[in-house]
Amino acid sequence: MLLICWELPYYKTMTLGKVSAFEGLPATKPSPEVTRENARRAYRIMLEARILEEKLAVLYRSGKIVGGVFLGRGQEALSVSLGIHLRRGDVYAPLIRDQAGRMAFGDTILDTLRTYLGSSLGSMRGRDGNIHRGRPSEGYHAMISHLGAMVSTVCGGLMAKRFRGETGAVGGTCIGEGGTSTGSFHEGMNLAGVEKLPIVVVVANNQFSYSTPNDRQFACSDLLARAEGYGVRGRRAVGNDLMDCLGVIGEAVSAARSGEGPQLVVADLLRLVGHGEHDDATYIPASMKESPLGKDCLDLARTTLLEKGWLTGEEADEWRKIVEKEVEETSSKVLREPVPDPSEEDWNAFSCLDSQQHLLHQGERQ
Amino acid sequence: MSAITYLEAIRLAQQKALQEDPRVFIYGQDIGGFGGAFKATKNLAKEFPGRVLDAPISEDAMVGLAIGAAVEGMRPIIEMQFADFSTCGFNQIVNQAATLHYRTGTSCPLVVRLPSGGTPGGGPFHSQSMEAIYAHYPGLIVMTPATVEDAYTMLLEAVALDDPVIFCEHKFLYYHLKADKLPDTVLPFGKARIARQGRDATVVAYSAMVHEALAAAEELTHDGYDIEVVDLRTVRPIDTDTILASVARTGRLLVVGEAWPWGGVAAEVIARVATEGFGLLDAPPQRLNAKETPVPYHPALWGTHRPTASSVANSLRQLLEL
Ligand SMILES: Cc1ncc(C[n+]2csc(CCOP(=O)(O)OP(=O)(O)O)c2C)c(N)n1
Ligand SMILES: [Mg+2]
Repeated sequence: MLLICWELPYYKTMTLGKVSAFEGLPATKPSPEVTRENARRAYRIMLEARILEEKLAVLYRSGKIVGGVFLGRGQEALSVSLGIHLRRGDVYAPLIRDQAGRMAFGDTILDTLRTYLGSSLGSMRGRDGNIHRGRPSEGYHAMISHLGAMVSTVCGGLMAKRFRGETGAVGGTCIGEGGTSTGSFHEGMNLAGVEKLPIVVVVANNQFSYSTPNDRQFACSDLLARAEGYGVRGRRAVGNDLMDCLGVIGEAVSAARSGEGPQLVVADLLRLVGHGEHDDATYIPASMKESPLGKDCLDLARTTLLEKGWLTGEEADEWRKIVEKEVEETSSKVLREPVPDPSEEDWNAFSCLDSQQHLLHQGERQ
Repeated sequence: MSAITYLEAIRLAQQKALQEDPRVFIYGQDIGGFGGAFKATKNLAKEFPGRVLDAPISEDAMVGLAIGAAVEGMRPIIEMQFADFSTCGFNQIVNQAATLHYRTGTSCPLVVRLPSGGTPGGGPFHSQSMEAIYAHYPGLIVMTPATVEDAYTMLLEAVALDDPVIFCEHKFLYYHLKADKLPDTVLPFGKARIARQGRDATVVAYSAMVHEALAAAEELTHDGYDIEVVDLRTVRPIDTDTILASVARTGRLLVVGEAWPWGGVAAEVIARVATEGFGLLDAPPQRLNAKETPVPYHPALWGTHRPTASSVANSLRQLLEL
């Protein structure tokens, strides 16, 4: 089961033909320097995340997705850069705007759609939805909504590895600048510092927490200054510049992996959508949208890759078509899948009483 | 006046409180210019400059701030974005606000508004009903209004009371419930209300479940039964007298709650009736609560997880046959 889930993204990159770094299951992921291979792979994943999220918005507006849809548009470069530098055996706890990072870590278009649409074949089986998904037993934590809570959870995963004498694993988690105001975040960061854990915490400072601007969220002029207070290494990335994000986060992950302790990465950017699809985000001033912060990371990445000769326009267009087709086909398939049947539920929250464990991974077999 | 929703009643109560009492201020995430995640404070920041403030995502500190301000004589209202996030302020609520008067003789008049209860697609962290948890702690008043009128008058009452009040407003009622006008008079504090008179069985409910109970009672008229519905209004203090008087009339009791059964409000009601009114019962008292799992995301699961008019009606039929 585990293997299937993890093989999928590598398998997909291999089918791109020109990407040859991944012959079979790699023992390690690419080195942190920005290579042609990981830049191409990152761009491809960003594209997948973007196109998939556009579909999620359509499904929400047509009433197929109930509840809420929270997108990461504009934050894909930062998000993918953490997921792509993690590898099997690491611990990853993504948050609201991390579709790209999730896919880099092994999540799929299929399971994303299944979770949003509540398919009983998805990893969450309709019990939880949207961004609240993961496979904790595979190091992919399923966020709770309460912001800040995942920092210490990742610390715990890393402590377990330390107790067992396993070395070389890294934990990664992301949070918005608003989430850094929680007690949980402070406690988690402080604890990570005290225990000198190999954790990388990426703060996406998109200037707003729902409608609340940063001057109502924190009084320090630079969130990066907090790194010193926690006794952890701080790094800054340009949030909508894929090359910079890949480089900075890649170095942070390498540093954590080689025993240099916790790493805090802060990146400025803008979300190019509302807080959720119900929100038109009129509180974001036009001047900010027109500033460099408001530049779309996907467009920037494409331009850079073309300039470097790492990607051709034809390839990029071809990728888009392939992904659009996959998203459409997967969406149609998932819409026909069974939804949970209340009369077949065991309505049990206890592992020791669980009669439905065997259903957990059923989706992967199909 | 056009129809007033439950949500608008909450907004109007806050407006009136701000107008009439200079000690009142509101603190919560996104409640300023944005008017709140549900718009319960729409336009209030503009109307009352400096008194309706955006808070950082720091629930523990938000409640702590309210406690400190209350000690100084202010009347803070804290809006939690969702009831579920109040757990991040739990320590301040149950250990500081709830204990303050008992320990020091100083009162702690604050209101914590909890947008509560399930909605389709809400999932485990945007759906919780937390009244039983807070009611467990001596020193906290817990209100669970079921009507537009109560949402309005009880919130004003909450602000006026000298104790910390946990105000559980139901999100599912926000837009669904409407009233033509708001009342000038208030039912006495802590008093339950007979929402429907009947003689065959009593359903005790509160918040959104009052409406499921009323619909079930209506359904049972077709079976020839006449069901009484008691709306608790506040779950702490709890109006045992009204409950016992109703059970004395009907002889049968079903308690309905959207929260989990374990140690909950329904359990408390049944314990009181069993200990104080055992002789009034013609059948074992029953309860109907949410199923004992986190609140599920998929609407099909959610619709079965919580009690509904039809599951209340089924429970009533069983109770009437006992
Ligand atoms: C403890 C807690 N309080 C409140 C919320 C409600 N909430 C969900 S997202 C959000 C804004 C988050 O802002 P930020 O952390 O900056 O992330 P962004 O949405 O900008 O990506 C809030 C207040 C929550 N999820 N957790
Ligand atoms: Mg933000």
